Amino acid sequence: MSKVKEADDRFKKFGTVSFTSITKTNDFVDYLEDNKVMGTRCKDCGTSFFPPRADCHQCLASNTEWFEVSGKGKLVTYSKLEYAPIGFQDDVPYCIALVDYGDYKVFGRISNDLSEEDIQVGMEVQTVVNTLPNGQLNYVFTKA
Amino acid sequence: MGKVAIIGVGQSTFVRSYPGSIRELVFEGFKEAMQDAQLSTKDIDASVVCSAPEYDKQRSPAGVFAEYLGLNPQPTFYVETLCSSSSTGLKLAYSLVKSGLHDTVAVIGFQKMSEISSSESQERMGRGADIQWESPFGTMMPAYYAMYAKAHMEKYGTTLDDLALIRVKAATYGQLNERAVYRKPVEFEMFSDPENRMAGPVASPLRVGDCCANADGSACIIVASEEKAKSISKKPVWILGVGAASTSVNLAGRDLFTGLTVAQQAAQQAYEMAGVGPKDIDVAEVHDCFTIAEMMAYENLGFAKPGEGKELIRNKETYQEGNIPVNVDGGLLSKGHPIGATGGSQIRTIVLQLRDEAGDIQVKDPEIGLVHNIGGVGLYGNVTLLGRG
Ligand SMILES: [Zn+2]
Repeated sequence: MSKVKEADDRFKKFGTVSFTSITKTNDFVDYLEDNKVMGTRCKDCGTSFFPPRADCHQCLASNTEWFEVSGKGKLVTYSKLEYAPIGFQDDVPYCIALVDYGDYKVFGRISNDLSEEDIQVGMEVQTVVNTLPNGQLNYVFTKA
Repeated sequence: MGKVAIIGVGQSTFVRSYPGSIRELVFEGFKEAMQDAQLSTKDIDASVVCSAPEYDKQRSPAGVFAEYLGLNPQPTFYVETLCSSSSTGLKLAYSLVKSGLHDTVAVIGFQKMSEISSSESQERMGRGADIQWESPFGTMMPAYYAMYAKAHMEKYGTTLDDLALIRVKAATYGQLNERAVYRKPVEFEMFSDPENRMAGPVASPLRVGDCCANADGSACIIVASEEKAKSISKKPVWILGVGAASTSVNLAGRDLFTGLTVAQQAAQQAYEMAGVGPKDIDVAEVHDCFTIAEMMAYENLGFAKPGEGKELIRNKETYQEGNIPVNVDGGLLSKGHPIGATGGSQIRTIVLQLRDEAGDIQVKDPEIGLVHNIGGVGLYGNVTLLGRG
């Protein structure tokens, strides 16, 4: 009896709406559930990747390990959205932002706990896991 | 190897919602370009069709158009680089002609954005970014450009008033352009009136007035070899330089947020190829999908030093009578932005300028014109240099 293999679609849990369900970096979601935001590092050449990648374009190896996005990063820029695409309207308003960790950068949302007056380009932030009202998982930036 | 010319240009009127099908929309731009070039369909050796496919219900539109436009059995194919698709099409046509493979190639750009609802189209625009790692956060084109605006303002002291001035300039010329969607005047004061639509927030710091509108439209550019151009065209315009570049789709993979590296690189390539520099440009069309995009274009193309773009607009240097007239056809901010047709429309404007046929918006005796056409949020950059005689 052949058994239909179930698809590993863990990634559909990432973000308010996920547009991807199957990726070699599916473990990213397990780590989120474990309260960790992780990137990948190439074991062959040491290049750090965020967002995580399964394959290294520097040395063409597919031999990565996970590392935790920890410590403080710097807020590079952000924008507060007053309108949202389909599927995100319930989240409005929210801020998307880019944070620089030196070796890599992280694109994500700013925590709703921060009011706009608290947000300054250049400020130090950290990246934390966040559970969305619809039960989905993402990560957000909070004051370091 | 000979030069490559543009011998015909055409575009439809850009409208919010085109009352016809995509093949009929495309016919409008094609017909004008063919009449401009005084060619019959038998003279076209190949066609390159350009659009952003996420708006199309028709799969593989190139085949449908080739039949409708009478371009069978000649080869046709499809290219896309989002909003810069037709500049990419022009570069391909240039290569096809320059290689000697074809004598005459029609570049056909189109988009019927009204095929889908406005919010649906916003969602699709967001998916022009990284759908795996960015789109799940709820991203939109205006918000990405807004992040560049924020960074530019922080670093260089560019203000919202400077951005408003760019929209005011666009509207000055949009009023004169019968092919434009938005032809109403825009006053600077509108941006400080919270009741005014122009001042309405979209994605901070950008306001409604900082953003271009969706549109339906088509454009067509006929490209020909030097020999062919000289034998049939009275006013060929020559392709002097074509530059193109790409970068990381995810902003996390980029280092510059006060400008677009793809524009810098594409411009550098085009200038080198043509053997000219920014000071030699007499008239330019830049990709002003947002006011900040035009501001960054001034700097990325070398019309101003980094951070000094604001001086150009404050001093009206980019008006018709200024040192470097930019978007004197109203730009995307006035014309609207039918993704796949936008680059073709920009090229058409510069060709008409170089032929002294631009009417009310004609700048004085331009020798060299520039087209800056960006795909996505600085994901693809295309710079094309055109010259007269
Ligand atoms: Zn490696």
